[in-house]
Formats: sequence, C-alpha cells, structure tokens
Amino acid sequence: MTLDANLVAVQGDFRLSLPLTVDSGRTCAILGPNGAGKSTALRTVAGLHPLSGGHITIAGRPVDRLSARDRRVGLVFQDYLLFDHLTVLENVAFGLRARRASDVRDKALHWLDRVGLADYADRRPRQLSGGQAQRVALARALVTEPDVLLLDEPLAALDVAARAHVRAELRGWLADYTGATLLVTHDPLDAMVLADEMVVLEGGVVVQRGTPAEVATHPRTPYVATLVGLNLYRGSLAAGVVTLESGSLTVTSGEEGEVLVAFPPSAVGLYPARPEGSPRNCWPVTVSEIEPHTGTVRVRLTGSPDVQADITTAAVAELSLSPGTRLWATVKATEIRTYPV
Amino acid sequence: MSEQNRVPTLLLLPALLGLAFLALPLVGLLLRTPWDRLGEQLAAPAVREALWLSLITATVATVLCLLLGVPLALLLSRTRLPGIRLIRAVITVPLVLPPVVGGVALLLAFGRNGVLGRYLDAWFGITLPFTSAGVVLAETFVAMPFLVIAVEGALRGIDRRYEEAAATLGAGRWTVFRRVTLPMIAPGVLAGAVLCWARALGEFGATITFAGNFPGTTRTMPLTVYLALETDPQAATVLSLLMLVVSVLVLAGLRHRWVGVQ
Amino acid sequence: MRKIAIAAAVLLVSACSSPAPGTAKGEINVFAAASLNKTFTQLGKDFEAAHGGTSVKFNFAGSSALAQQINNGAPADVFASAAPANMKQVEDKGHVSGKAVNFVTNTLRIAVPKGNPKNIHTLADVVKPDVKLALCAEQVPCGAAAKTVFGAAKLTPKPVTLEQDVSATRTKLELGEVDAALIYRTDVQADADKLDGIDFPEMQSAVNDYPIAVLSGAKNAELARAWVDYVRGEHGKELLAKAGFTVV
Repeated sequence: MTLDANLVAVQGDFRLSLPLTVDSGRTCAILGPNGAGKSTALRTVAGLHPLSGGHITIAGRPVDRLSARDRRVGLVFQDYLLFDHLTVLENVAFGLRARRASDVRDKALHWLDRVGLADYADRRPRQLSGGQAQRVALARALVTEPDVLLLDEPLAALDVAARAHVRAELRGWLADYTGATLLVTHDPLDAMVLADEMVVLEGGVVVQRGTPAEVATHPRTPYVATLVGLNLYRGSLAAGVVTLESGSLTVTSGEEGEVLVAFPPSAVGLYPARPEGSPRNCWPVTVSEIEPHTGTVRVRLTGSPDVQADITTAAVAELSLSPGTRLWATVKATEIRTYPV
Repeated sequence: MSEQNRVPTLLLLPALLGLAFLALPLVGLLLRTPWDRLGEQLAAPAVREALWLSLITATVATVLCLLLGVPLALLLSRTRLPGIRLIRAVITVPLVLPPVVGGVALLLAFGRNGVLGRYLDAWFGITLPFTSAGVVLAETFVAMPFLVIAVEGALRGIDRRYEEAAATLGAGRWTVFRRVTLPMIAPGVLAGAVLCWARALGEFGATITFAGNFPGTTRTMPLTVYLALETDPQAATVLSLLMLVVSVLVLAGLRHRWVGVQ
Repeated sequence: MRKIAIAAAVLLVSACSSPAPGTAKGEINVFAAASLNKTFTQLGKDFEAAHGGTSVKFNFAGSSALAQQINNGAPADVFASAAPANMKQVEDKGHVSGKAVNFVTNTLRIAVPKGNPKNIHTLADVVKPDVKLALCAEQVPCGAAAKTVFGAAKLTPKPVTLEQDVSATRTKLELGEVDAALIYRTDVQADADKLDGIDFPEMQSAVNDYPIAVLSGAKNAELARAWVDYVRGEHGKELLAKAGFTVV
C-alpha cells in the first residue's frame, strides 16, 4: 500500500511540485511555512484538488482520475469537521454506511472503543473536548481501512497540555496502522515524534528531505534552521575559516568549498565586554529581540553575522538585557557543524 | 443587557416607526372586526371550503416548491454555468412581476392555448386552468423564488469541507447531499418553506387570473375575501382575520416543533 | 339641423381653443365604472378641447370599489356607476348632491371567440357540458345580471369560473381558456375584432342601469355639473351609443 506520487498542482500563481514516496506502515511529515502548499499537497492526494501534472499511485493502482470517494484515502482535518447533526457513533459509522459495509454498528463501536470513547457513542460532536473530537475524527477515517491516511495539522487545534498527550496516542495508532501516512504539520516536534521521514516545502517546492534527525541537525534553509532552532549560515570554507556574507567563523573540520555551518543557540556565549582568553569566534552584537521560552530565553542579536542565543533568565537580569544593549558573542569552534551545500 | 447589544438610539426611532407601520393596519383590522360574527362566518360552509382549499393548495404548493426549488438552489450555488446570472434573474422574475401578470403568463404557458398547455390538452386531455391543480401551479409560481433564495443563501453559508470530508469517507454525491448537505441547510430550507407557504396561502392575483374563481375548486381564502369586499366589507374583515389566525397558528406550531430546537 | 349647429360650435370652439363664455374652469375627478373606460376617456378629451382651461381626470374601477373609495373620503366630483346598488351605497352616506340619474343601460350578450367555433346561438347552448363557460361572480353586477337571465330562461349554468369583474371574464375568453362568456354588450363591442356577440331573448330580463351623479364633496361642483351635462348631451350620447350602450 505504498503511496507513490508526483504532486503537481496549480492554484492561481502558486505552483506545487512535490515528488513523494511513502511505504506501507511509514509516516512522512510535510513541514513548511504558511502558504508553502502543504494542505494543497494533501488535498491533491485526497482527490479534493485537481492534479495538473505528475501522478498518484496507491498500492500500485493509479488513482489520479478517481474521485475522492473512490480513492480509499482517509483524511483527518485540522478542525475535525465532525458532522454535528449525527451522533459520535454515526460519525464513525458514516464511511461504512457510505460504502455499504456489513456490521456497521459493531465496527464503529469497536473503533470508538479503541480510541477510548465507547461511552460517548450517543453524544453529539459539539459535546466533546478538542482531544476527544480529534480521536473521533481519526476513528472515522481509520474505520474504513484506507490505503493512505492523511493528517492535516492533527494537533494544531489542541491546547498545549492536550497536545503532548494526543501526540503520544497518535504515535501508538500510527504504529498499528498498516497503510502509508502523510502528516502535514508546522511543528517540528510532531514530525520528530510521529514521522519516519520529513519533507520541507517552501513556496511549493521541496527544500529539504530526510529523516527528522537528519533535517534537525543539518538544516538547509533559514526556515528549517529556525524551525529546528539552529543558527545557520552559508559561506565558503578555506583554511579552517568559513567566510560568510557578513563576518566569518573559525571551524575545526569540513571539506573546503561552499558549505553550510550550523550551531545551536545554546552554544552561544554572551558577555558585556570582550572576554579575555581564547574564544576564536568573538564578535560585537546588539540585542534586537528577547523572547522567553520554557526555562531559557532566546535572544536575537544583530552583528556580523546575526545570531540567536539561548541564555538563562538569571543571565538576562545579570546582563540587564534590553533591545539595543551592546554585547560580545562567542562560539566555540568545536560546537560548529560544517556540511556541504 | 450589555452595551454591545444595545441598538444605537439613532436607529431606535425608525425601528419603532417601522414596527408601528406594520402593526397599525393589523390593529385596525382587529378593532373593526365584528367579533360577534366570527362564529357565523366560521360556520359558513363556503368559508370552511375556501379555508380548507387554501390550506391544502398552499401545502401542496410548498411541497412542490421544495421538490423543485431545493435542487434548483443547489444548481445555482454549485455550478458555474455561463448563463447563471440570467438564470438567477429568471428565477426572481415572479418576485417583481405583478401576480396578475404572472397569472396571464401562466395562461400563455399552461392554458388551453398555451405553449405547453395546448399539448397537455391535445395529448393527455389535461387542462390546468379552473382546477385546484391550477391553483397549486399559480401558488408555486409565485412562492418558489422565496424558497430558492433562502436555500441558496443557506447553501452558500455552509462550510463545504464537510462535504469533502464525506466524499473522502466514500460517500457519493447523492449520499453527500442527503446525509451532509441537507441536514446542514435544514434551518434555511425550513425558513424558506415557511415563507413559501405563507406566500402561497396569501396568493391572489396569479390564482384568480390563471385558475379562475369557483367555489370548492379554485376559490381560495384571498379570493373569498376579495369577493366579500364587493358586498360585505365587514365579512371580508372577519375572513381576513380568520386567515391571519390560521396562519399564525400553523407557523407557531412549526416553530415550536422544528425551529424551537435552535 | 340643431345637431349640426352644435357640432359646428364644438369644432369652432376647439379650433380656437378659447374658453366658452360662462363655463367653469379647473379640474374635476370623475370616478367611473370600468365599462365606461374607453367612452369616457374619449369624451374627456373632447370636453377639455371644448372647454379650454379644464382638465378631467378619471378613476376607472369596479363600481363597488369606487363606492367604497368615495365613502372613505376619496376626492371625487362625479360618480358614474354601473349599477344603481353602488350608487345607493354612496347616496345612503349622503355623498350625492342632488339626485342620481340613469344615463345609459347595458345588457348582457353571449360572447364567443370570432367565428363562433362551438356553434353557440342560444342561452341553452352555453350550458351544454362540452362548453366551458365563464361568468362574473354574483357579487358583482354582471354576475347578478347573469344569474337573472339564467333564472328567466330556467337554465342552470355550469361555469368553470366566476370572475371578479367583467374584464377578467372577457380576458378568459380572449385567451381561449373558455368557449363562451356572458359579458356586457359594450365589452363585446370593444373587442369586436376578436369576439362575436350573440343576442338572446332573456337578456331583456336583466337590463343594467348606469346612474351618474355630482357628489356633495365635489371641489368643483360647477364643472362637475357641466361634465354630467356633456355626457348626457348630444356628443356624449353619440359616443355612448357607438360603444354599445343604450342611451336613456
């Protein structure tokens, strides 16, 4: 039940081009900024948006010309789109009835039970919490045993507390699911936890693909770097020094030539005055933005080059940081990863 | 009442004026009604016959409007036919056409010498004018736009992704319409049907022109009221009030049963 | 000889369009039965031409509707009714100045489409089952008259419709929805190119009198009286007779 596709779709000036192969039992996450074409990609696979080129094959069966109802694709929407005029049970049973399956009630109840909502069978969707509605939507899609499962931002509508819990549950269900899964998300954590593979879309084209770990450690565009929380630069490496567009960085390894260099914000040190000693990468910067995270504070700084640093809340007070504060930034050469473009 | 929910004072005056304008004629009708004659009028077989005919034909017309109008609204809202503006204009014609002219137009189409009526007569021996079916036809003609407009509005107002969700679950177009679209637009359809029924019940001009005026077959309440006006204006007042009461009762009943859920 | 003299005077007056000496000026509202529409409209133009500086405005409708409008205070100077009953409604409320006089009569005829396809010649023919018949409702004068003639002929009509006024009845016939109708002689006359009229002996049993009166609420009583005189004068009689009325 492999999904093999080359999704080419046009919408106004926007053009999507996404070659994609997802094997049975595996999950591929599509990441990208708003307007990158993530949802359009899902809709073309589901048959809700016309394909203007390329192909879609599911389990060796070309489905390009089939309507949405005949593609055997399960789609879970970001806002679930449960039918409010039907009970929870009838929502789950909807696909079975539409396909004239037998034992509709038993199968639907079985799935409701699997997602832990058997007691809610006679409720209306509007009486459910976000997490519960999400599980019903998943059950509604999976009960029809689709060849491909499409998840459109499945966790985006949940609050932070519910998100971690539902994410873990989702991981369990995806592990049991034998078809191919496509997951659209803007949260790299979703991809890390749920996906075997990751595709990053920007402006309708693939800018990076690989396992989540690969992408997270070796971002290839500023968007991906920001997404995974790394400082990323492009430059040319010669004699242990990468010359950037603005400034330069000393590194310890890497092949000479055009390279990408990356290091985590936690590797950046900030000092009120030029530090004594031997940091080889040391340059003056100015604070432009201070953004609290859980446990740490992310500080964006302008300089040559611009850089992001993670420091403790205590350090913010100690350095009395505010936008405009002048500081010195340091990075140890050993913390910098260098990889070819 | 919160500050946001209050009507601006500037609009309060015209609002109340509007209310008074609509209510005063009704008050006049109530004040001038010879209440002692109400029972006598109700007991008159001719009145009961007309009332019954009105209720039956208005209801059948509403059913006909639903059967034809809901699909038509779907066509209007869901297709991008090149002539859709023209089609919409055609549909709204009965709204602006004086009903009497509508009746003449119906005669020209379905009358004994009409474009279509001539064949109905020649092939099937069916003539619609002067029959209760003709009344239903006239009422349907005048009332259908109300339904189509209401349902089209409802169709445009719903989130079409629900239909897409249903399609990905394996539902064909008919199933999607029956199990998703229709329940979602149900309040709009009901509102349209109520408007449609009320319009059909009060229909006068097209009916008298197309279907004629004969007790028991085509003389509905509005026609009875009009004739009563010729000889006995007081009786006309009583009959109008009777119509008013019956329609309010029916609509209140409907509201209680279906709309009240909201 | 006198007739010619008057006609010459009318021509003369209209030619110089100067006001006739001693006549009233201004505007009057004439409320008249729908069946008088064509004749009165023409008479109005002739009257205005003959009496410079005057204007005659008309409100044509069913007589009973007009009577109600007058009784509810509509600004009318003259009322010409198609039935004495409606004039009486107005008289009873004291709205008539002086006395109403009958100026024409109208009778019913059997009207059939041109060429008489159903071969109708007597009142008995219109009650045959294969003849679709339209009548006026009993509540309006033409319907009351129809009831009288069928009573006199001892026939029971089986109309397919009882229309609310004579023009609606005529329309049904003109559109071919019915095969025959009982309408006024004047209505048959007005549509002589489309309809044929058939006389029958019983029609004499229901002769409709048309009364005319100046109203007590008249803003311009002098001109109103001049109008009534004009209608009852030679020119008025001539046009009314031509339209199919019997001048009293």
